[in-house]
Amino acid sequence: MTVFDIVKSFGLQMRAGKDRLLGEVTGGYTSDLLSDVIAHSHKGNIWITIQNHPNIVAVATMKELAGIILTGGREPDADTIQKAEEEGIPILVSPLFTFELVGRLYQIGISGMSPC
Amino acid sequence: MAEAEENIRFHAMFHIEGGNFMNAGAISSRVKKILKEAGFPGKIIRRTSIAAFEAEMNVICYANQGNLSLLITPSFLKVVIKDEGIGIPDVNLAMTEGYSTANEKIRELGFGAGMGLANIKKNTDEMILTSKLGQGTHLEFIIYLDGQNEG
Amino acid sequence: MTLKEIKDILSAEVISGDHDLEKEIKYCFAADLLSDVLALGRGSGVLTLLITGITHPQVIYASNIFDLGAIIFVRGKRPTEATLQLAIENQIPLLATPYIMFETCGRLYQHGLRPSIARIKNG
Repeated sequence: MTVFDIVKSFGLQMRAGKDRLLGEVTGGYTSDLLSDVIAHSHKGNIWITIQNHPNIVAVATMKELAGIILTGGREPDADTIQKAEEEGIPILVSPLFTFELVGRLYQIGISGMSPC
Repeated sequence: MAEAEENIRFHAMFHIEGGNFMNAGAISSRVKKILKEAGFPGKIIRRTSIAAFEAEMNVICYANQGNLSLLITPSFLKVVIKDEGIGIPDVNLAMTEGYSTANEKIRELGFGAGMGLANIKKNTDEMILTSKLGQGTHLEFIIYLDGQNEG
Repeated sequence: MTLKEIKDILSAEVISGDHDLEKEIKYCFAADLLSDVLALGRGSGVLTLLITGITHPQVIYASNIFDLGAIIFVRGKRPTEATLQLAIENQIPLLATPYIMFETCGRLYQHGLRPSIARIKNG
């Protein structure tokens, strides 16, 4: 499943990284604590958060995440969008809150179990 | 802002220690307890507690110390928070949802989503925020009781 | 569903409130940031479970404002001693699961728990 598939399935709006939607999604990671994402996320994960500042792009780049979805109607700030475009990190937004968005992603087959 | 010629039925003041992240909410919990024991309706208690909590968090995150006062009158609840600290350079910007000056440490502890002042505004009937750079911030908010008395 | 069923679905440890496992839970929300606990807690009450990674006392104070039903810590995190004491005083059951937040939300949603607030208004 690619980021594009997720965008299509949920009608998510894109805020950055429109050219990088073909990345394969290896799983999902949900956290608003950057140190936690750095420690425990895996390459290719789709990251669900409400944090919208530029540091999220740095983290996504560092961990080679497939993309970031902001929930609860949050919008990335201007610096974040710019950085995301530079680094080629897709940023998507959803009006749903975290629990529900994750629930739905889970139902279409994205897992939160680490690859063995 | 309604001037306090009203009959003050109750007044309490609490000290908030800046940097005391672990116990953020301890003071607003006490406020909640007072309001609950006084028999205010659930919605009033909740709105006041949320606003007080956000205000308390701001003092903890950004100020050296502060005081929170709760005043109860027959027609409204008033909370005043005065703190000593660096103050807010741009109050309008600070009120914007998602705007945050939180450093990494603050974010890692679960604070700094930038929703605090907006949450206060959402939950109160009147709000006044003023600040002096290098000195501190003064926040007041009022919640009307809509003709209901305590008890 | 009951806290006991949640415990089983998430292979969770009951850290406090093991006399309270028949407590009914219908709604959930997930938050790592305190302001979000305060913002999302709005529609909540005793039938709501908070899913979080915040392990310090402030999460109990925040949950207390809404009289939340229970709290579950994810990612194998455990509450601090001070948090535990406060939870006991406030009678909020605490659970801890080894699963990450994504998996925790996914499983609970799959089993029928619903969000305490569905979406923002101008979605």
